[in-house]
Amino acid sequence: MAQNGKPKVAFFDFACCEGCQLTVVDSLQTHLELLDAVEIVQFREAMTEKGQDYQIAFIEGSCTREEDEERLKEIREQAAIVVALGACAHTAGVNALKNLQPSLQDVREYVYGDKAEWYETYPARPISAVIEVDAVIPGCPIDRFEFLDVVKKVLLGKKPSIPDYPLCVECKLKENVCIFEKGGTCLGPITRAGCDAICPTFGDGCEGCRGLIPNPNENAMKDVLEKAGLTVEQLMAKMTLFNAYDPAQIDCKGIGAR
Amino acid sequence: MSNVNVNVHHLTRVEGHGNIVVDVKNGELVQCELQIVEAPRFFEAMLRGRPYYEASHITSRICGICATGHATASLRATENALGVEISEQTELLRKLLFHGEIIDSHVLHVYMLVAPDFFGVGSVIPLAGTHPEVVKRALRIKKLSGDLCAMISGRHTHPIAMTVGGFTHLPTVKELLDMRKRLVDAREDMDETIALLATLPWPNFERETEYVSLKKEDEYAFIDGAIATTDGFTYELPDYRKVTNETCVPHSTAKHTHHNRESYMVGALARFNNNYDQLHPRAKEAAEALGMKPIVTNSFLNSGAQAVEMVHCVEDSIEIIDELVDRGIKQEPLYEFQGKGGEGVGSCDVPRGILFHNYIIDDEGIIQGANCVIPTGQNYANIEADMRALVPQILDRPQKEITHMMEMLVRAYDPCISCSAHFMTVEFV
Repeated sequence: MAQNGKPKVAFFDFACCEGCQLTVVDSLQTHLELLDAVEIVQFREAMTEKGQDYQIAFIEGSCTREEDEERLKEIREQAAIVVALGACAHTAGVNALKNLQPSLQDVREYVYGDKAEWYETYPARPISAVIEVDAVIPGCPIDRFEFLDVVKKVLLGKKPSIPDYPLCVECKLKENVCIFEKGGTCLGPITRAGCDAICPTFGDGCEGCRGLIPNPNENAMKDVLEKAGLTVEQLMAKMTLFNAYDPAQIDCKGIGAR
Repeated sequence: MSNVNVNVHHLTRVEGHGNIVVDVKNGELVQCELQIVEAPRFFEAMLRGRPYYEASHITSRICGICATGHATASLRATENALGVEISEQTELLRKLLFHGEIIDSHVLHVYMLVAPDFFGVGSVIPLAGTHPEVVKRALRIKKLSGDLCAMISGRHTHPIAMTVGGFTHLPTVKELLDMRKRLVDAREDMDETIALLATLPWPNFERETEYVSLKKEDEYAFIDGAIATTDGFTYELPDYRKVTNETCVPHSTAKHTHHNRESYMVGALARFNNNYDQLHPRAKEAAEALGMKPIVTNSFLNSGAQAVEMVHCVEDSIEIIDELVDRGIKQEPLYEFQGKGGEGVGSCDVPRGILFHNYIIDDEGIIQGANCVIPTGQNYANIEADMRALVPQILDRPQKEITHMMEMLVRAYDPCISCSAHFMTVEFV
């Protein structure tokens, strides 16, 4: 705690677009009093100061390099509470799409040509693959109201909970016409709710950015998608857009080799 | 002072990770680098094998600030590859959405990232206590632009309703009219913004360079057009590589670019210098109040050009809404794939400058090749050229001040490192 009794909070980012931290900044539009409740000691994107005496760490981004592991472990050692902020930290998000490519050497050469060796990378992983995580705020990007809710619960000393029911529940409550009825496809039946079904509400099927519910029936989902007219390639693309990370595919000992 | 060592590790108040390294020995500049240490994410490689309709959703994730810009460039590349014509309504809605993003990004940069330098504080947070009216104005403008984006595409960061050939959701006339009223009300905040910027002591620093942006005859270009430079060159979009000439440099995970000179500049100042004539009259008045007339060669005034563009975008948004309401909002059929692929280039002048997406799509609709050239990447060589010109001019100042000036210079470019790494910390070694 700071001398003023406020908990000290720090924000960190790894491989990501920083959209979730921007969403945190956007939450100030309606909740400027947030700044009265905590003391932010580190937030590189928005401030110069870099305090190291934080208790709560919010981490955005995926682990994609060996040097990331060291930084993550240092944060874990300092922070009493670590919160994964957004899909990249939670499920490895779109960063894990590169894990599906034939080889990481090929990926590096495709972008950097004969200078590929200059740019270190290994398969993208969620931060939970490296350190213990106390709470997760899913989504790409996070939902600002869910962020505020998690912050409130953490400040009250409670364990934040996120919905474990599928998106379809929220979508029905929004009284949306089902995307499948409109001729589209949607991962709502197997995806964790909590975003207020924002994509279906704006006419686009769920892409699974919040990760899957516990015990999802993926085979039934694939059948439904196939029936809706997706080819096998399209179906696999749909299932992997935000959920490509598969620990079984990653040989951590041979990191860099795959 | 004959020896200066600046070593800023993980530069703050920028998007992404970079270091500034300046080494002066016996009064001579030995090393002057902007090191980009952001983890590369390999988007171009990741796009291969994905269906064409995923490209805008994947590439919006390159950047949380210019997500809409990436999505728009991506859609234009896809549409050009597949021969998709877009309706006037779609074009108008995309322009309106794009204006929302320009305002959103510029207000973030001008108020939250740059302004603290002039108030002598490390972030916008202490300003909430000392200058609440400034912070509240910034948050008000940010909310307006965020709500404008959300009205059209669901949210600003990672737009939902934009798709190949059109939109999966349309705003209602009532929503448009409510937004119009808020935009008219925002004129006061725009005036206050220009008045505030006119009082700030912008550093004196002039270095002429080549300014590159999109250009259209009939409007201030943000989406489509030709590539124009202040050195007198014009290129069609498919020839973008003639301008960008990307090369890898060892101290950066972002590539560098050069055209007619060793470097060029993109962004609000480049657009201002190329397209001043097409600015809205109120934006020209704002530029006059800031003492800006093309060609402006002080890179620090990129923030001034951003404020001018905010005024322009508010005014043009009002006009676009009038046109949309006049036409009426119509449901339009969405594009269906025709079984024929192709190659296409799409370009937008996003908040930080000109952006290119280039895709090759096969006859199954699967992406086989992709190239993205990011604005911040195009600015790195020019930032380093500015650093090399600025350091000798301020060598007699205390090291702390030199460091601060270097950080301000880099920040003026509004670098978006996560976009370009394929960015930042200042190191005086």
